[in-house]
Amino acid sequence: MTLARESIERVGPIRRESATLPASVSLKPYFLLLPALVFLFLFTYFPLVEVVWDSLYERRLGEFEGRFVGLENYARLFADDRFRGAVLNNLLYALGTILPSLFLALLFALALKRSTRVNNALRSLFFFPTLVPLVAASALFIFILLPGIGLLDYYLAKLGFRSVNWLGDPDIALWSLVAITVWKNAGYFMLFFLAGLQGIPADVEEAALIEGANGLQRLWYVTLPLLMPTIAFVAVIALIAAITQVDHVIVMTKGAPNNATNLVLFYIYQNAHEFWDHGKATAATVVSLAALLALSLISLRSLERGIHYEAD
Amino acid sequence: MKRTEPPWSARQRRRLWSALALALLCGLAYLWATPFIWMTVASFRPDSFGGLDMASLWPDTDFTLDNFVLAWESGDFPLWYANSLIFVTGTLAVQLVTISLAGYAFARLRFPFRNTLFYLFLLQLMLVPPVLIVPNLTTLVRLGLYDTLVGVMAPYFASAFGTFLMRQTFKTIPRELEDAAVIDGCSWWQVLWYVLLPLSRPGLVAFSIVSVVFHWNEFLWPLMVLNSPDKQVLTIGLVSFALGAEGASEWGLIAAGTLLVMLPLLVAFLAFQRQFVNSFVFSGMK
Repeated sequence: MTLARESIERVGPIRRESATLPASVSLKPYFLLLPALVFLFLFTYFPLVEVVWDSLYERRLGEFEGRFVGLENYARLFADDRFRGAVLNNLLYALGTILPSLFLALLFALALKRSTRVNNALRSLFFFPTLVPLVAASALFIFILLPGIGLLDYYLAKLGFRSVNWLGDPDIALWSLVAITVWKNAGYFMLFFLAGLQGIPADVEEAALIEGANGLQRLWYVTLPLLMPTIAFVAVIALIAAITQVDHVIVMTKGAPNNATNLVLFYIYQNAHEFWDHGKATAATVVSLAALLALSLISLRSLERGIHYEAD
Repeated sequence: MKRTEPPWSARQRRRLWSALALALLCGLAYLWATPFIWMTVASFRPDSFGGLDMASLWPDTDFTLDNFVLAWESGDFPLWYANSLIFVTGTLAVQLVTISLAGYAFARLRFPFRNTLFYLFLLQLMLVPPVLIVPNLTTLVRLGLYDTLVGVMAPYFASAFGTFLMRQTFKTIPRELEDAAVIDGCSWWQVLWYVLLPLSRPGLVAFSIVSVVFHWNEFLWPLMVLNSPDKQVLTIGLVSFALGAEGASEWGLIAAGTLLVMLPLLVAFLAFQRQFVNSFVFSGMK
């Protein structure tokens, strides 16, 4: 008996080991991952460490070795009104773009749910701004928003409205950029809602119909709850876009008037590239990265749902 | 007392609502198309130097190609097209190699630390390259890649999104096909090259379209990395060109230049609409 048990025990671990390490145990998987990992290391992991390190130093133009200053860069950063303004603007900009573009995207998707020839053409039309470079869109909108003779004022004047300085008025300029972003992204988000709507089984809607629910009730109690994962996922994409896309700021306003359109990434770009203030640029980068990491921890669940990662 | 009839029957009301919804949708569609309509009309409009009716959306009776000729001559479009093309194809070529290899490893092989490595890849989805422009520029200077097109490409050579996409695509392919190839004496790279990749065309095409569009449109990172005039890409060229024309109020010229930048993607989109739309849905679903 004991001998038999001993032999079983001896066999056990060996079996388990052979299950986790199949015949092909080798360096092959790592060798296959190596090309991607080299670039991920160079341009994603290493810069994370480097930027934190760099933010503790003051470095002049053209220098590699800086002077250790501790948290001074952060103190200068948070004392900078322009930075605080950029953070506030970015929050307004994010809220101002996410809510309307999600709403419009959902509206487009619901209206164009059925695949007819007209609907497909309209989907393409709403989606097309996504394919256009943001700088090209900006070049067009510089004219559209031109006070007096621009497209918007030209037609508003025909309706009897006064000319508005869309990009020059500090109270309006940020919202002009919001409008451009909504115009550009709503059609992209529409695609996800179209895919999400297709994932809702027809019999669920039918059941609600038989129960006597009207259109609005079906939307509110059936469609929207089932779309929640898609909505959460699109909100994350929209938020990332609000943090990472500032081409229109560079082309159209350069943060003016009176820093009303200064966004955080533009602030970083300007400090790095125009003012050569490496300390502020790196400290602001660390703050953005911290915000993004916090965001990713919060949204990890909705992201994972989108990725369908199954731990097999 | 006479019972008052409701003025509209339920059916009529429903019709009215759907007519209203359709009208609203058409209005929005027109609004969405307006910038492109203006661009097209203005670029063919003669004598565009700051005229008061520059904003009119009605095409003029006589049309001209002067704006395009002038745009082509005052900008360096052939050079910008060539540089954008090099940037886009160079990035994609390396990406296809790295994502196929990594996607294959994650889809088919079991190895220690696989999940940990997978989550390390996932990190790139959140810490997107635009946020890391400052430290990445320092790295490029150290590597001697500042002011080179390879330097613009390098941060994109590994793609978490592409790796996931290939992993998902490989997983839909039955293992029996691979086993048959192995029995026939194929090595792993022959299996990948002759069996898996040809069957993964939808995933490869979807990734390629998203990657090409993204990098064709990219502005901030090339602006940071590139310095010499002969290395500029199309988006940077357009901005320098448009800012010059804006000072002179040459709106027709800007419209023509913008149209030239959009044209390749517009043509590709009109030719492969369904493919584009499907690819961008993929880009979210991952």
